[in-house]
Amino acid sequence: MANPIEQFKIQPLVPLKVGSVDISFTNSAAMMVLSICLITLFLTLSVRSRALVPGRWQSMAEVFYEFIAGMLRENVGAEGRKYFPFIFSLFMFVLFGNLLGMIPIPVIGFTYTSHVIVTFAMALVVFVGVTAIGFARHGTHYLRMFFPHGAPIATAVILIPIELISYFSRPFSLAVRLFANMTVGHIILKVMGGFVVSLGAFYVIPGVVPFAFLSAITVLEFGIALLQAYVFTILSCIYLHDAIHMH
Amino acid sequence: MPQFDPAFFAPQLFWLVLTFITLYFVMSTVALPKIGAVLDERQRKIDDNLDKAAQLKAEAEAAVAAYEKALAESRAHAQSVIKEASDRLAAEAETRNRELAARLADQVKAGEARIAEAKDKALANVRDVALDVAGATIARLVGSPADTARLEAAVAAALKEHGK
Repeated sequence: MANPIEQFKIQPLVPLKVGSVDISFTNSAAMMVLSICLITLFLTLSVRSRALVPGRWQSMAEVFYEFIAGMLRENVGAEGRKYFPFIFSLFMFVLFGNLLGMIPIPVIGFTYTSHVIVTFAMALVVFVGVTAIGFARHGTHYLRMFFPHGAPIATAVILIPIELISYFSRPFSLAVRLFANMTVGHIILKVMGGFVVSLGAFYVIPGVVPFAFLSAITVLEFGIALLQAYVFTILSCIYLHDAIHMH
Repeated sequence: MPQFDPAFFAPQLFWLVLTFITLYFVMSTVALPKIGAVLDERQRKIDDNLDKAAQLKAEAEAAVAAYEKALAESRAHAQSVIKEASDRLAAEAETRNRELAARLADQVKAGEARIAEAKDKALANVRDVALDVAGATIARLVGSPADTARLEAAVAAALKEHGK
């Protein structure tokens, strides 16, 4: 049975170096490029006809647009309008990363959202951006985030550290949630796939059981791919709401 | 796990930044405005059509009101025309009846006069016939012609006796 960790290995396809920094074009980079190309093709070709009554593809593009626009409107409000392209790009990038990772593509097949450095970089952009927006809108008043209105002064000793920890753990929870979900899901798929092969090689009937399980898990993983993209985006929206409206 | 190998951090971060910025740029300048325009266009069309439908409805209602008004007016007009005509006809019938009655009365009067005249004539004839009959009877019975003066007196007396 193949090592279930092997699928996460980065394989440089075109080795590149700038100074001492390695910027090789890897399977991960290839998937990122593939996903942004697919997103762009999907969203531009589908609305090319600008039909009044949309076809299937145009409907799907409109569903994505209205889904994210609605999410932003409900969670952030009208002020969230200008962050729409960012939130939308974030959602599509994570979603396509998750979904394309489920497809066994030869050579470049890879799930870039299963790498903590990728998810952490995105979470950090959200965190730093949201914090900057908060300070830009409220100035030093934004520090009230860490001490709610109406709480007795004496509780500050406990409340402020708690609020600080919860605030600064946001990027970590955001990054780890996505990375861990993707990693674990793919490991389970790989292990189950290994069972199907090793058991099915000896006896057909015992191979059927892990195969059925694998099929079910695959469906579940597609669900998780959608759900985690949604969770990542909606948490970003909620953080944005906090920065703009302060609780 | 390869995820925690720092050797792969730099290339992944580089390509992440590159692809994500590209995606953001494409989304914000091309894809999203395009989809947004399609959605706005549709919303505008729907609003337009709703406005037009409301306008047509108002027009239809106005037309119905105008039609009902015209109907009521023409009905009233018809009533008045009918009333006028029936009045006129009644008056005409009245005069004609009156004329007819007058003519009939004249005719009755003329008829009566003719009847009286005929009666007088008939009575005169009766006298002549009586004279002839009496003269002839006397001539047969007596054998000689009767005295005309006495005969006339006798006939006149007989006629008078019968009240004629």
